[in-house]
Amino acid sequence: MKRKLALGSLIAAGLMLLGACSGSGSASNGSSSSSSSKKAESAKIMVVGSTALQPLVEQAAKDFQKENSNIVVNVQGGGSGTGLSQVSQGAVTIGNSDIFAEAKDGIDASKLVDHKVAVVGMGPVVNKEVGVKNITMAQLKDIFTGKITNWKDVGGKDGAITVINRAEGSGTRATFENAVLDGAKAVKSQEQDSNGTVQQIVRSTPGSISYLAFSYFKDDIQPLSIDGVEPTDKNVTTNEWKIWSYEHMYTQEKIDSATKKFLEYMDSKDVQSGPVKDLGYISMHDMKVVKDAKNKVSEK
Amino acid sequence: MKEDKLFARSKEIRQDNWGRLLCYISVTILLLLVVTIVYFISSKGLQTFTKNHVNVWSFLTTADWNTSLDAHGHADIGALALITTSFSTTMLAAAMATPLAFVIAIYVVALKPKFGQRFVQPVIELLLGIPSVVYGFIGLTVLVPIIRGRFGGTGFGILAGALILALMILPTITSLSIESLRSVDPSYQKFAYTLGCTHWQMIYHVMLRISAKKLMIAVIYGIARAFGEALAVQMVIGNTVQMPTSLVSPTATLTSKLTTDIGNTIDGTLPNNALWTLALILLLISLAFNLIVKGFTRGGEAK
Amino acid sequence: MNRYRTDKFARGLIYTIVGAIIALIAIFIGYLLVQGWSTISWSFLTTASDDGLGIRDQLFNSLYLLILTLLLSFPIALGSAIALTIYGKKSRFAAIAEMAIQALSSLPSIIIGLFGFLLLVLKFKIGFSVLSGAIALTFFNLPILTQSISLAIATVPEARMTAGVSLGVSKWHTITKVILPEAMPGMISGIVLSAGRVFGEAAALIYTAGQSAPKLDYFNWNIFDANSFLNPLRPAETLAVHIWKVNTEGLGANAEAISKGTIVILILTILAFNLLARQLSRRLQRKIYH
Repeated sequence: MKRKLALGSLIAAGLMLLGACSGSGSASNGSSSSSSSKKAESAKIMVVGSTALQPLVEQAAKDFQKENSNIVVNVQGGGSGTGLSQVSQGAVTIGNSDIFAEAKDGIDASKLVDHKVAVVGMGPVVNKEVGVKNITMAQLKDIFTGKITNWKDVGGKDGAITVINRAEGSGTRATFENAVLDGAKAVKSQEQDSNGTVQQIVRSTPGSISYLAFSYFKDDIQPLSIDGVEPTDKNVTTNEWKIWSYEHMYTQEKIDSATKKFLEYMDSKDVQSGPVKDLGYISMHDMKVVKDAKNKVSEK
Repeated sequence: MKEDKLFARSKEIRQDNWGRLLCYISVTILLLLVVTIVYFISSKGLQTFTKNHVNVWSFLTTADWNTSLDAHGHADIGALALITTSFSTTMLAAAMATPLAFVIAIYVVALKPKFGQRFVQPVIELLLGIPSVVYGFIGLTVLVPIIRGRFGGTGFGILAGALILALMILPTITSLSIESLRSVDPSYQKFAYTLGCTHWQMIYHVMLRISAKKLMIAVIYGIARAFGEALAVQMVIGNTVQMPTSLVSPTATLTSKLTTDIGNTIDGTLPNNALWTLALILLLISLAFNLIVKGFTRGGEAK
Repeated sequence: MNRYRTDKFARGLIYTIVGAIIALIAIFIGYLLVQGWSTISWSFLTTASDDGLGIRDQLFNSLYLLILTLLLSFPIALGSAIALTIYGKKSRFAAIAEMAIQALSSLPSIIIGLFGFLLLVLKFKIGFSVLSGAIALTFFNLPILTQSISLAIATVPEARMTAGVSLGVSKWHTITKVILPEAMPGMISGIVLSAGRVFGEAAALIYTAGQSAPKLDYFNWNIFDANSFLNPLRPAETLAVHIWKVNTEGLGANAEAISKGTIVILILTILAFNLLARQLSRRLQRKIYH
């Protein structure tokens, strides 16, 4: 009998918990509103999207909450597409993206407000054994469109080129193709989504080439210069290095004061010369040029 | 009063009815969950055909994955390469893992139960808790270079994927097989020994025969796991949407494509819907596969 | 070859294969352990990841999530298994239900994750939380748990049920008093099996429980406070998600050391859970029979 009771109550508990999930949405809202009566302005900011931008926003959010303990900032990944979809549906407060909302089909960019918070430089990387350190833009294009297939054609050792591209639709790939391919179609090749995985593959696969954000350049892979220009932060700020993009934080047109405060904080000197530099991004304040959604670059 | 009592249900029956009710409630919840998720996936996945007007037949029979629309608003999407690779990788993995899992199960149940249960089984089950991404990186840094050295190519491909998967599904098949073999009534074993059977004769002619159907279910679960695995396979399969030409040519599976791309797509657009269609296909393949295996084993069970 | 030779040969082959597999796994696990051993220290286990390397909160989150998930999925799985194997045995309904459940188990975990994200996190507004993660994992966990409990129940000879019925007690009575205790070791295997998957799962959790770990306060027992360790509505990064995140997008010089150290902790945790669960089942069984 005892056993039966125990079992019954276990099942009942399970059922109740399950039932509670539909109700707990309102419960969580309720708890936040009840605590707001205690403190002047308590708010929740949900940030979802780009995994490339996530480390920066996470760090900034931690520092921000130390001074604003009444605001909870919840930063998650999920990809730029997820960030843009969910912010335009109003399901999250901020959608992080590596790509202009205008460049994505199915997103009404006019309804979103763009907050650019950092710049990321990207560059081609190759396996150490390849023996190439500099390359021309035309050669790079030919490699990624499949016209050049052996490293000896660009001054390296004799060996087949293995192209590792980034995921279709990702911000990194869009930036690279805009700057390098100039509308041409990329050769069919391996596609990987994350910087970490690409780094590992390039490190361990002979003859491989791919591209990474500057902060993922490590000793065991070889970054390439293009037309003699080195992939450095300084060259990005003057647009001498062409492959770079903004990190965006999109919001709806109407935002509450807490979100506004957080976005202002992201643009402040505290963040722009703190976490932005520490984590290998390039500060918005250092940029001497601006790029629009159509990839036109002009003096600031 | 007395008559009422005579015709009233006994305490035992009431108890039984309550228990039965609770159990059926659980099944109902479980089935509701299944229905919800199937509905959810179908409603998104079918939009590729209903809203984006992709031809079902060409989706299933072409191998190019190109979600950008051409001048006529027509997209060239085909999942054939993905389906082929998913299928062959999974089958190869199951073919490698199943015999090993059966051997371990026989060892644990029939030969050395004590040592088997206390040591062998926990060691095998350790493999389950290791995150896919760890399998992926080990595959990438250890397995792929070995395959490259031995079989040529880049080392990425079905072979690397299947080897990693075999390791990953081994514990699932083993654990379920152990339970299947245990479900053979011990008295049968004793009969077999009294009749003068050797160990192996008892195992082969009694245990395996009787539990054949349940063993198949263990394999089905292993295969299901293999179909659904993404993160590890994605790193070693080469992730290139093209028909596999050999075991070591780079290609992609349904799940690896799905996982790589879904974060970068926008809800409700063709690239996103097409990925949900892949999930739907996966579900259907798994269902079909289930039916086939069931059909095969129906006759095979000794009674 | 006579049958004794066959027997000897077959047994020898089985021993060799099992030995080889165990050796292979030992090398694999050993490799992971050796690689990460140097990272392990007391402070690695007891500090939060905000302050540097530590994984204290991730370790707790993994355990907390496991408990919540089992609490949600075990009763449903147990009830379903009893219904399918005893009450509804060989019925058409049971056959269809079984097939539906098996099909569910082939869904990639990222689909379960996205489903949880769109439905639980956004639509029901539970947010990125332990609870969302536990419900998503329940989806993911139920098929295999139900199946292994069903198999465990099937290991109990049918004669027990017949004996119970002939004694005039209800089926339910026989199930709870005789069959379930006898099936205990098998059910524990099922729990260990699904717990392993819960510990190792990343893709389903990235979208539901989230991939950030707010610093937890272990002295705050108020379940509604955002930084209380018990709050089921806070985001929670688990060990496996931590490994995934550090490997795929990890910056910082320590990324590799952290990931390798975390794997060691994960393996040790699973091992501990595994042994504990089996010990418990043996104890329980002894209590029932004596």
